Amino acid sequence: MFRTIENNHATVSITIEGNPYVVPADISVAAAVLLSGFKKVRNTPVTNSPRLPFCMMGVCFDCLMKIDSAPNQQACQIIVKKGMKIELQDGASELSDYL
Amino acid sequence: MKDHYELLIIGAGPAGMAAACEAARNGVDVALIDEQPFPGGQIYRNVSNASNRVSSLLGKDYIRGKKLVDEFKESSISYIGDAAVWFINEKQQTGVLVDGKSHFINSNQLILATGAQERPMPIPGWELPGVMTAGAGQILLKSAGMVPDGKVVLAGSGPLLLLLAYQYLQAGVKIEALVDTTPKGALTGSFNKLLKALPAAEYLIKGLSLMLAIKKAGIPVFKYASNLKVYGSDSIESFSFDTENIIGKKSHHELPVTTLLLHQGIIPNLRLPIAAGCDVVWDERQKSFAVTTDEWGQSSVSGVLVGGDGSRIIGARAAEIQGRLCGLKVSNLLGKLNTDLLKQKSKPLISSMKRHSAIRPFLDKLYTPAKEFMLPDDNTVVCRCEEIKANQIRQATRLGCSGPNQVKSFTRCGMGPCQGSQCGSTVSALIADEINTSIDQVGFFRVRPPFKPITLGELSKI
Repeated sequence: MFRTIENNHATVSITIEGNPYVVPADISVAAAVLLSGFKKVRNTPVTNSPRLPFCMMGVCFDCLMKIDSAPNQQACQIIVKKGMKIELQDGASELSDYL
Repeated sequence: MKDHYELLIIGAGPAGMAAACEAARNGVDVALIDEQPFPGGQIYRNVSNASNRVSSLLGKDYIRGKKLVDEFKESSISYIGDAAVWFINEKQQTGVLVDGKSHFINSNQLILATGAQERPMPIPGWELPGVMTAGAGQILLKSAGMVPDGKVVLAGSGPLLLLLAYQYLQAGVKIEALVDTTPKGALTGSFNKLLKALPAAEYLIKGLSLMLAIKKAGIPVFKYASNLKVYGSDSIESFSFDTENIIGKKSHHELPVTTLLLHQGIIPNLRLPIAAGCDVVWDERQKSFAVTTDEWGQSSVSGVLVGGDGSRIIGARAAEIQGRLCGLKVSNLLGKLNTDLLKQKSKPLISSMKRHSAIRPFLDKLYTPAKEFMLPDDNTVVCRCEEIKANQIRQATRLGCSGPNQVKSFTRCGMGPCQGSQCGSTVSALIADEINTSIDQVGFFRVRPPFKPITLGELSKI
């Protein structure tokens, strides 16, 4: 559970799991997903356990998500853009995800 | 972006930016690559764009970074942001992924200024949603003006934990508890280093003022905490630990928690230096591997310098000065600064760097991680990617695996997307403990490209 302490910030509209969200512009996808109250960003490929972002600096790879149809994206390293389609990553990606 | 620069620098934190500025001043053709869209590194992350409110609550040591970023922006340096370095070899060829396209960049000289990462703090349940690093909490504040809501607990040891607690207080975050794992006796044990830390007294004063502010705010502080455990099914629900009072009486605590922020100090991010073939050694004082360099950051590989916290932990101010030394040395190596001038310009920088790093032996000793964080219990996940527990690493070692690379082959530990950044230091420590040898002897995971996930499509667009 996170909240923002900024009052006047520009926003962008995105979708997460198909639902619309309005989030501050210029924040990372990982931050946007946390701010939107999601309890997980993915399920692990090994034990299907839920994960949320952990390091926020690109070293742990716990925040892998499907962003604009591309799987395995580091959500903490990518800035939200208008109309961005963000999805939870369920386990390992499939070859068909890339086609 | 060109395919050749006289100097390529990786990492736009204080060391990388300062190195670039010095080299550019001497007429060197410099490019600087970073994963972030803006220069600043993690310490000065987003410093040029953060709102006044966020900047002022982060404090003057953060705002200070703006001066360096401005100096960097005003110089003639090519900044390649949003770029992932996925390849590097001993010939200083660097593979960079920008905007879905891969490029190779060659350079005469390479400076690796890859900074630090937090020391992994494996405790039971640390992989559950709701558990993050303290650094992650601070990055959310710096880059997005975000703070945790609900039942917030900070646990671990080290300056960043205190700083984050203080910054959260300024931001109006209610902190349920600060669980301090600094072992009993660590403070008295580090007294003999205190005298040598006096030239850097401003750090001691800052630390004391943080502690006082935390005390004054009435945050419950649990000292000498050990046996940390996280409970929950789909996310953290509670957090338990033991404490010991002055006369040795133990008590057990369990707190309901929604966000737990862990910290156990920082270690150099050594993957690129290792991949570039630089010699690394175990630094017993810092309890981490460090790159072998001279005062100017020259590594064991000709043409590769390593600066700032990426070679060993020296702190942001010292890192900036060391970055300048790297930049001067490279200018000299490229024939753009004569050796007399190099020496003359380096002298005050070296003494200033020594002053700023005078605090380190004291901090290293005081905040040495307790054994349970170096050598976790059997049932603790060590490799977060492949979900390998400590007992599996111990078992593989008992089967005869003599080093991290063999343990990796046997267990898949370190084979996931993070490529050992979260388990590497623990794996080396566990093996050394199991076969009763030094961590230096055991060594670290071999680092192989691609360092970042890259698709065949992206690879094919070189």
